[in-house]
Amino acid sequence: MAAPMQRPLLKILAWAVPLGLALLAVPHVVGPFHTLTLMYGLVFGIAVLGFNLLLGYTGLLSFGHSAYFGAGAYAVAFMVKYFKLASMELFLAGSVLVSAVISIVFGFVCVRYTRIFFGILTLALSQVLWSLAFKFFWVTGGTDGLRIPTPWLLGMDPGTDKMEFLAFRYYYYVLAVFVLCAIVMWVIVHSPFGKALQAIRDNETRAEFVGIRIRRYRLIAFVISGVFAGLAGALWAPLNGLATPDVLVWTFSGEIVFMAVLGGFHNFIGPIVGAVAFTYLKTYAVGFTVYWQLLLGTVLVVLVLALPRGIMGMVEYLIAKLRRPR
Amino acid sequence: MSLLSTQAVAKSFGDNRAVNNVDFTVRQGEVLALIGSNGAGKTTLVNLISGLYRPDSGRIDFDGRDVTSQSSYERIQAGIARSFQLVNLFDQLTCLDNVALSIFSREGKTLKLATLASRDRAVWDEALEVLRQFGLDGKAAVPAGGISHGERKLLDVAVAYALKPKLLFLDEPTSGVSTREKAPIMDIVSAIVRSGGITVVIIEHDMDIVFRYSERIVVMHQGAILADGAPDEIRRNDQVTTTLLGTHVTGEAA
Repeated sequence: MAAPMQRPLLKILAWAVPLGLALLAVPHVVGPFHTLTLMYGLVFGIAVLGFNLLLGYTGLLSFGHSAYFGAGAYAVAFMVKYFKLASMELFLAGSVLVSAVISIVFGFVCVRYTRIFFGILTLALSQVLWSLAFKFFWVTGGTDGLRIPTPWLLGMDPGTDKMEFLAFRYYYYVLAVFVLCAIVMWVIVHSPFGKALQAIRDNETRAEFVGIRIRRYRLIAFVISGVFAGLAGALWAPLNGLATPDVLVWTFSGEIVFMAVLGGFHNFIGPIVGAVAFTYLKTYAVGFTVYWQLLLGTVLVVLVLALPRGIMGMVEYLIAKLRRPR
Repeated sequence: MSLLSTQAVAKSFGDNRAVNNVDFTVRQGEVLALIGSNGAGKTTLVNLISGLYRPDSGRIDFDGRDVTSQSSYERIQAGIARSFQLVNLFDQLTCLDNVALSIFSREGKTLKLATLASRDRAVWDEALEVLRQFGLDGKAAVPAGGISHGERKLLDVAVAYALKPKLLFLDEPTSGVSTREKAPIMDIVSAIVRSGGITVVIIEHDMDIVFRYSERIVVMHQGAILADGAPDEIRRNDQVTTTLLGTHVTGEAA
């Protein structure tokens, strides 16, 4: 049993190193448009990685992840508006704190239920946050949202050229946080705790009878999941320049679900692939026609029907086929 | 010495007294069979002991302590484990993972989230050893959903066994298995529990298995204990044969 442990690491390095180099080269090779689109994809990728800890690994479909993403974005907006802060590191810390508190409270209620009841509860609670952001306009700016200026990164002044800042320095910042998040999530799902979550997903009754306290584990997974979404929201805020109730509304939760399904939630990197693919599809659909929702919807329905296990499910299938040629 | 004893435990579901003031004792180290027709209260009694249900009245002592008000989690920690009549496994995880999870849990390691599970070599070695004992080491890397029914029954027992319990309930370990496969499964299970010195309560319908593998038999009927004794005594007990065994065993004994 000694050898098989080393091989996965080598296998991961074999594609992670070229991919990493490609990601590092992106701002220098493609224009700011593609760099920014990719950044949105990576930011959503963090949120969907978090989301998938619940769906793919714990077997819980959250339909309210906009709440934690939005909480992260608004945490940044409030820190700018009320505390006059500008440090991205403080923004990240603040969004982790806020999204953790909210997901502890919401999670405490939601993990008592599973399946459709869990989904509906997460949806309902996220709508509560949305209506707060929507109605309390003197605090949140209502539909106008709150402006978020370019932040200081690691104590460095962002300068005045916003496009240069976003497409280069902020890109590398987002990339670094993304890689860190991906590594942390990879360790979590491969830890004994991650195994326990998968056990709960597969068979709740049995998990309980091998001594796993399922509610507690679900709650921990819920909070980790929410914090990932909150962190993504904080990274998204300066990129968008504005925090609006749009990121709290339930349709955005739906997009998060879609990204996971599109990429393949049975696979660790499926959510990342799905987030990037969805962002590109949406960007092009919006640029192509004013009826972009219709176009995007049609494309997505076709994709899901053609790839029931998502993009990564298809990739796995093709790799398996190549290995065993007939 | 008794490892487990219940005193006048009762449990009703509506008007149905599923378990009616039962005094049930399991002695340290024995292999006991709990038999009775469907609806006799066997599974309810086991559910009361494992903590799935709370008794309406009565008291349960395990390993020298009153566990009546303890949760099922606390009873698992105290050393009560069970397998399931309808196999309950983690189907998408490998057979090795299924067993390893019991070991991680037993050692209180399942809350560790900053270390890779694969690094804990001792756990995997032990898990593989358990699979080997159950003759399932060849299936270690196969998802539990992808092995035969007989193998799944064995794995179900292996998962409970890997918790190293003091008392192990086997709920119909050979149900749904072909007659030909029953004896091999029971041979494996009984050899393992005897060598491990684990006290076992088997709930079983197959009388051949009951008489062959148990040291003591407790017969339940309509929520109460009808008879309690060595296999030979039970075989000779007229009340048992008429209510439960029918003419099949009497004929065999004669």
